[in-house]
Formats: sequence, structure tokens, C-alpha cells
Amino acid sequence: MALIKLRNLGKIYQSGDTEFAALRDVNLDIERGEFVAITGSSGSGKSTLMNILGCLDSPSRGSYVLSDRDVAQLSRIELARVRNQFIGFVFQNFNLLSRTSAAENVELPLIYAKVPPAERRARAKDALERVGLGHRAGHTPSQLSGGQQQRVAIARALVTRPPLILADEPTGNLDSATSIEIMKLLAELQTSGMTIVFVTHEPDIASYADRKLSLKDGAVVSDERTGATQEVA
Amino acid sequence: MISAGETLRLAARALSRNKMRSFLTALGIIIGVGAVIFMQSIGEGAKARVRAQIESAGTNIVMLFSGSSQGPGGRGGAGSQPSITWEDLRAIQTELSSVAAVAPQMNASQPVISETNTWNTQITGTTPDYFTIRNWPMSSGAMFTASDQAGAAKNAVIGQTAADNLFGPGVDPVGQLIRIRDAPFTIIGVLERKGQNAMGQDQDDVVFIPLSAFQTRMQRGLGKFVPGRIFVSAVSPEAIPRARNEITQLLRERHRIGANDEDDFSTSTMAEMTSMLTSTQETVTLLLSSIALVSLIVGGIGVMNIMLVSVTERTREIGIRMAVGAQPADIMAQFLIEALVLATVGGALGVLFGVGFGHILAGKLGWTMATRTEIVVLALAVSAGVGVIFGLYPARKASRLDPIEALRYE
Repeated sequence: MALIKLRNLGKIYQSGDTEFAALRDVNLDIERGEFVAITGSSGSGKSTLMNILGCLDSPSRGSYVLSDRDVAQLSRIELARVRNQFIGFVFQNFNLLSRTSAAENVELPLIYAKVPPAERRARAKDALERVGLGHRAGHTPSQLSGGQQQRVAIARALVTRPPLILADEPTGNLDSATSIEIMKLLAELQTSGMTIVFVTHEPDIASYADRKLSLKDGAVVSDERTGATQEVA
Repeated sequence: MISAGETLRLAARALSRNKMRSFLTALGIIIGVGAVIFMQSIGEGAKARVRAQIESAGTNIVMLFSGSSQGPGGRGGAGSQPSITWEDLRAIQTELSSVAAVAPQMNASQPVISETNTWNTQITGTTPDYFTIRNWPMSSGAMFTASDQAGAAKNAVIGQTAADNLFGPGVDPVGQLIRIRDAPFTIIGVLERKGQNAMGQDQDDVVFIPLSAFQTRMQRGLGKFVPGRIFVSAVSPEAIPRARNEITQLLRERHRIGANDEDDFSTSTMAEMTSMLTSTQETVTLLLSSIALVSLIVGGIGVMNIMLVSVTERTREIGIRMAVGAQPADIMAQFLIEALVLATVGGALGVLFGVGFGHILAGKLGWTMATRTEIVVLALAVSAGVGVIFGLYPARKASRLDPIEALRYE
């Protein structure tokens, strides 16, 4: 059973009398354990797709089944629960809480998952060690480099052990050496069984994925499986 | 939704991150609550003092005055037209079950001469019951007796202030002689200190002599009417209204006053005097307290203002929290509790500030402070309420943010 199943998915934005279709009739299955890159020029609908995949936004029509559950028409409260349990987010600009230690940033999703404090701290520590930042747990984002901040963000995404990690231009603010580190880290997560979907516009970053989707004008125009993931390194 | 304890922790952390701003925001509430507590405590203290002074006059007391005169010169004060006779007094004393004792009181201001000093003081003629009615014990010596009264004995009981001025402080004057209008009186007792009355007069600057002696020495002859005011004590505090009614009934009958005619005497109780003397203070306290309350509301607006700024500033934080699974209710609770903590801690500090400032000022100016627990609880409840009311709008605004927009916010 596919982790993600999109059927006739559409998203229409309305401004005044004019309608704009950001997504039209997207049909897509993503299996568990896949490492998927989404590419496309700006305005192609990839951000809209990511927002819907991330349950931050609801489609105008069609269905979205995530982990055997139709999430297309859930309420805000239920969407928040789905985000907390099934999805980990990694953003281009890291989106860590400033003046808050790395460990506390990583704990954040666990607070909303109602995990007791002691267990929370232990799991945050594990997650930080997994991304190689166990020794930086007490540092605040401003005391960390960009690559380290993105590692903290990845630790935050995986601390709830979600089946799906969504990364929106995860290397967009990083230099190329750091970008490679981050992509390797994501590839490692894939080998541990997580499904990873990321957006990028850089072909060499996209080549880390074993499946590449291209979007244009709100539709998937190509879907290729490469199989080889480590060739650039 | 996450637990209240967890939300409280989040709020405390957010507030402590901006200590100065939190303090300045709370300052509005601190000053508002502090002012309310201060005004109430001072007002309550003043009232308690008046009440204590009035109660020092005695317990269960009904005061009885002769009627006021009505003539071409206008209406005179109570007692200016004698109407109550000695017979009336005897009837009140013997016929009414609600009355425990009756004591008339006549005053004159006279120089009193001791062996060493001369002192201008108040001479009061009364009966032995007077001291029971006024609940006024002796500090040394004895009270004059019914036989002193019957025989117009030249015995005197003296107040502390008069004693100090006639014989010097610390001297026991019992057994000493004093002269009042050339007549020698023997001091047989000294009263305990009673302090000022509600009007600020020194109640201890007095020499008491038997009423009969007063009448022969000061007035020359017994009149038909009882001059001055008459102290009547009811059998219990509950019996006061009944005693007053019975006295009124009895005197109306005895004076043959028609059903539609006015009384030719008047009565009053200590409760009336208390409420008369405290009502002005209550009005002033109420006025000042409502001004203080307005400042509390202004403080609340300050809380709302800062919470709105805070929501805008932390838009991205809200987006991040929503992305990782915070529900709208979690965000709402976080900001609402922040406002609540801000206002309630401000309220608690305000109570401390109001009481502390009040005590310092009261100590310096010799005022009395009386902080009522209800007022403190009310002030805390009102500040918590202010926090909730003025925190609601910003918190709602925060909870309704769109996570996508919020994450994009710079």
C-alpha cells in the first residue's frame, strides 16, 4: 500500500473574479521508503503540492490518502494532529525558534504529541546524536552554522519517528559542501525506512533522489526513477 | 490540546525572555491594583477608627434628647426645648422591659482647683448607672453610689486627663480634695483612659459628680425637666430598635402627643451615628477606588497592546509550532495564559505594593490601615479577568493564523 496516494488532486486560488489553478489533476503514488525529488520552475505548483502533502493546506478537489487515511477534507485540528504524527518538516530557512536551545527546538513536536518531559529530553538527545550534533544540544540557533541549524531542523523532523519527511529546498541557503552533507544525511534517513520528499531546483541536488518528479503549470510532466542515488558524491 | 501545566511553562518562558517588557506591561496592572488596595485599606482603616471611637461611647446605647424649640428665631438644636421630665425617666427605667438602665448627663465647663493646680475642665453630673452604660471601668478607687446620688454627696470621680493636670502625671489622686465653685469635693475614684470620641474630643478631661450634687451646686435647685442628653442602655444589642420604639411610644403617651403631631423629643442610636460619620468616607473611598479601577482597565489595554505586538513579532514562531503539530487551541491557550500570567502576577505585585506603600504612609501619617481579604481576592480576580478579557483578542488572532502564511512571515 502506497504511503501517499493522490487522485485527481486540484488546487484553485481565487482572487476577485479570476481563478488560478495552482494544481490540476495530479495523480501520484509514493511508496514507503522512497526518496523523491520534486522539481519545477517557480509557479509550477511545487510549493502548493508540498503544502498539501504537508497537510498545511487542503486541496480544492480530489483525494489525498496518507498512510491509509483520507486527509483531503480534514479540519484544522485534525490536520494539526496528522502533521504531528505523520510528517516531519525541513525548511529552506531552517525555521528554528530563536533564543531556544537546539535540544528544546527538537523537543517541540513532542510537546504537542504530549510526550512526558523526561522521555522528551531523551528522544531529543537521541535525534541530535543521530544528526551528529549531540555535543551542541545547549546551543541556540545563532550559535550554530547554517549546516548545523539544518541538522537541528532535521533532528526535529525525525524526533517523532514520522513515516514521511518533507523538505522544501533544504539546501537552498547552504553552500555546496554543506548541501552535500545535508543530502547525505537525508539519504541515511531513507535507508532507515523513512519516506523523503523534497523540493529543489538544483539538478545535482535532485540527483540524490531515486525518483524525480517534474511539475509544470500545476501538473506532473515527468516521473523518472533513477535508482542510483550516490553518483555525485 | 496540551496540558495547562505545559502551556503555563511555555508562557512563563516567553515572558521571562522579555523581562523588561513584561515588567513594564505588568506595571499598569501593578499600579492599578496597588491603588485600589491602597485606597480601600486606608478607607477601611478610617472607618474602623471611627467605629472604634463611636463604640467607645458605650454599648447598646440609645440617646434621648428633649425636643427642639421652634420659635421666631428658627429651629433650635435637639434639647434646646426641655420636654422630658424626671417622671418620664423613672417611667422609662421601670416600665420598659427592653431598657436596662437610664442615666441623664449634665455638663458644665468650670475651673477646678486642687492643692497645686487649677484646671479648666468639664464637670459632668450623672448617676452611677452612667458608667455601666458607657462600659467605663475604674482604674483606681470606687464609683459613687446610689446613696451619694440620694444625698447629693460631694464625691467626685475623675478622668485621666483631668487627674494628670490637677495632680501631675502618675499621682493617684484618690482621697484628695478639689474645689468646684468653692465647694470641696473628695475624689473617690479615677476612671480608665478612654481616648478621643468620634468628634475628636478628649473624653478623659472630665470630673464626674453625682447629678444631685450637680443640680444643687451648679444649677441651684431641681427643675421639672431633665436637661442635657440622656443615656439609655438596651438589655442587648438586638433590643436596641425595640427599646427605641418603646421609649418613643411611652413618651408620646405621657406627653399626650396626637397621632399626627411630631415628637417633642428625639432619639438616636450609635449605629446611626456610625453610618452618618462613615458615609462620607465611603463616598470618598468609592470615588478614589473607581479612579483606581480605571487605571486597572488602562493597564489591561497595555496588556492587550503588548500581546498584539507579541503575536505579530512571533508570527513565524506560531507558524513553526503549527507546522510541528500545535493545534489552534494550543496557540490560543499559550497567548491567553501569557496575558493571564502577566496580569495576575501584576495583580499580586500590586497587592504587595498597595499594602506596603499603605503601611509606610500610614506609619508616617498616623493613619490606620485595614486591608480586607475580600478586597485582595477581588483585586486578584479582577486582574486575572482583565488578563483574560484583554488577552482574548490577541490570542484568538494568533490561533487563526494560516500556518503557511505564518511560516513565510519575515
